[in-house]
Amino acid sequence: MARYVVKRFLLMIPTLIGVAVLIFLLLRVIPGDVVEVRFVAQGQFTSQDVLQIERAKLGLDQPLWKQFVTWMVGLLRFDFGVSMWTGAPITEEIKLRFALSLQLSLMATAVATLLAIPLGVVAALKQDTWVDYVVRVFSIAGLAMPSFWLGILMILGFLIVFRWLPPMVYTPFWVDPWQNLAQLVWPALAVGWRYSAVATRMTRSAMLEVLREDYIRTARAKGLWLKLILVRHALKNALLPVMTVIGLEFAFLLGGLVVTEQVFNLNGLGLLFVEAIAHRDYTLTQALVLLVAFVFILVNFLTDVAYAWVDPRIRLR
Amino acid sequence: MRLNKGLLVLALTALLAGPAGAQEKPRYGGELVYTVPSEMPSYDGHREQTFGLIHPIAPHYNTLLRVDPTDPTGTKPAPDLAESWTASKDGLTYTFKLRRGVKFHDGSEMTSKDVKASYDKIIFPPAGVASVRKATYTVVEVVEAPDPYTVRFRLKWPAGAFLQSLASPWNFIYKADILAKDMHWYEKNIMGTGPFVFVEHVKGSHWVGKKNPNYWDKGKPYLDGYRAMFVKAHATQVAMVRGERSMIQFRSFTPADREALTAALGPKIKFQESAWDCILMVAINHTKKPFDDKRVRKALTLALDRWEASKTLSKIAIVKEVAGVQVPGTPYATPPEELKKLAGYWPDIEKSRAEARRLLKEAGIPDGFSFTFKNRGTPMPYEPMAIWLIDQWRKVGLNVKQEVVEAAAYYGSVLRKPDAFQVAMDFQCGYIVDPDLDIYKFVSNDKNPDNYSYYTDRTLDDLYVKQSRAQDPEERKKYIREFERRLLDDEVHVLMTLQWHRIVPMSAKVHGWQVTPSHYLNNQLDTVWLSQ
Repeated sequence: MARYVVKRFLLMIPTLIGVAVLIFLLLRVIPGDVVEVRFVAQGQFTSQDVLQIERAKLGLDQPLWKQFVTWMVGLLRFDFGVSMWTGAPITEEIKLRFALSLQLSLMATAVATLLAIPLGVVAALKQDTWVDYVVRVFSIAGLAMPSFWLGILMILGFLIVFRWLPPMVYTPFWVDPWQNLAQLVWPALAVGWRYSAVATRMTRSAMLEVLREDYIRTARAKGLWLKLILVRHALKNALLPVMTVIGLEFAFLLGGLVVTEQVFNLNGLGLLFVEAIAHRDYTLTQALVLLVAFVFILVNFLTDVAYAWVDPRIRLR
Repeated sequence: MRLNKGLLVLALTALLAGPAGAQEKPRYGGELVYTVPSEMPSYDGHREQTFGLIHPIAPHYNTLLRVDPTDPTGTKPAPDLAESWTASKDGLTYTFKLRRGVKFHDGSEMTSKDVKASYDKIIFPPAGVASVRKATYTVVEVVEAPDPYTVRFRLKWPAGAFLQSLASPWNFIYKADILAKDMHWYEKNIMGTGPFVFVEHVKGSHWVGKKNPNYWDKGKPYLDGYRAMFVKAHATQVAMVRGERSMIQFRSFTPADREALTAALGPKIKFQESAWDCILMVAINHTKKPFDDKRVRKALTLALDRWEASKTLSKIAIVKEVAGVQVPGTPYATPPEELKKLAGYWPDIEKSRAEARRLLKEAGIPDGFSFTFKNRGTPMPYEPMAIWLIDQWRKVGLNVKQEVVEAAAYYGSVLRKPDAFQVAMDFQCGYIVDPDLDIYKFVSNDKNPDNYSYYTDRTLDDLYVKQSRAQDPEERKKYIREFERRLLDDEVHVLMTLQWHRIVPMSAKVHGWQVTPSHYLNNQLDTVWLSQ
């Protein structure tokens, strides 16, 4: 097992280097640069010498290979540089938003897991009954409705019905838990519903498959208590693909809630990501892509390790 | 007789809103909470161009002059740190007397040394320091500080709009000692003389300022403080006003927002409106055939029914006033009756379109001629405006395809590349209404690379210089009219669409603020007060 874990861990390094090279090159292919966005696109006159000074200051006048080497050398020292837009260290820019995004991702994951697993199991057990149909409609509705749209509906609903709006400024949980939850619970529900829809459908189909396995029939024939069969034998096996879905969704949530963050005015990584791209802030975009890639790879790694732990056949192959 | 709508709007606004305390006695206290749809990259006003800096940061600073906060045209220079000024007879020397007893927020006294250092940074920045408005002050020979309370600007030639240029909302007066140590200090720090002291900036979230108890203008400011919330999503900004979480948004809402908020909030909400010193125009690439032919360019403008569009588009988009090269209702704007003599502004649209078809035929352009119109991927108001343009051109037999390019890539991949487009949407927004700033865009491309129609017109260049140097307003007006006629009618180098229209939503509690045509003006907040 230890050898398997080390091997999987080391595989993360070339993947991250590949991502770093790819994002560096892709960003340079997109037209426009940070100086142009900052000074030319405002509709006011900007002289060429200002543009030159700013480009030189950011190192954009250097050859591409030199910019790449500088960036890679920085990465080796865990120095991500400074944002080309604000001039602030990138670690500072990310740190500011990371707590919010992490908390929202965890809350949405909790909502999704708490909804998806019981609903998926019940739907599988009551296949083709009204209970199953209700669960399927609930999950299809969750898939069909974009989270941001649901968020807009929530805000309008609060405003029109209750004449109330959630807080619009982030307060850390340890400063004021009530204020913090009053702001984050709504986006967590909006996102959690869509997220749970994916996981519910996955739980249902995995449970249906497992419930038809010979060992479940054997357990039933032996007269084992149904709850025990479900929890110890069926659910444990059915949860493998569900874990993958939940893990990947979690990684996505960390940097992918762009529009939902806008709707609820959340100062998170998703919004920062979009702004970094719109501003052509190469250094910040590169760091964010690397961060999200790292989270994806890490989640995949942990899922693989969990798979191997749950199913020993995997590590033996 | 058609009314001058721009003037009417400005006059009505002035009547309805009134200056600070014109009707009621200002009340002290309270925190003004407002949304800002953009955020500043750095804190240095001398370096940046976005209103995302002005809206939260202007309250920390003073400028030498300011635009009179009660003037709805946003064009009258008024004292700020300078309490009076004189100009020499030859117009080459301006001398300003500074207020005494003005303190920076650290308690040190502001003197002419600080004004000189700030203007030297703007006009003569040292190597490696970017000053985006340096070109505006090429007329300045030297800035002098003969004594602690006198500042003198010596000019190379007389400039009719020099005082207006000193009322720029960007020209914050910084502390000389700080600049002497580090020219970049103000990019990340605040130290001004303004009515509010800096408290906090949480990036991506909010900016907070509190009342400066030692403010030089005794009795001001009225507010205890302010909180600017950075909210990018438009729907959220509207929801915050509707939910009374935001008292004002200083840029603009849309006509649809105005209707929805009025219906929802009734007397709790009010709006101030003005013609806006921003305009979408059509860049016609003179290096591309057949657009090098002025008959074709003229046909493009003659096809447009601007007067009708003013009525219809203003219901769905942030555009309204029919305009030439100056914001309607401001001192150098062409009155509508005169504007109607220019090609594309004729009141009889059928006659205008018949002439357009004739010119196209004469230029050898076949019916159904196709070209691509490139547009910037910014929905409001680019999208409705492009749809309208395409529809209008179709009415004279032109078949136009729209290609939308991502906003951030637009300048780099379209406008700044003459090979990349035939006809494209262009945009200009001014921070103060003044011909020097507003029409500089239209001088020849070799003088201003921001001229994206890529033409050389020495007559226009000459007229620009003449209007800029004219001391007499009437003489200046004459040159501006000539400039406008040549630009929009004789040569049709560009097409003006409609002037943008500013709709500022504000809680009924907010008083003492006057809308102007520029969303960069009137953000010191010293005159603003809350009635509850």
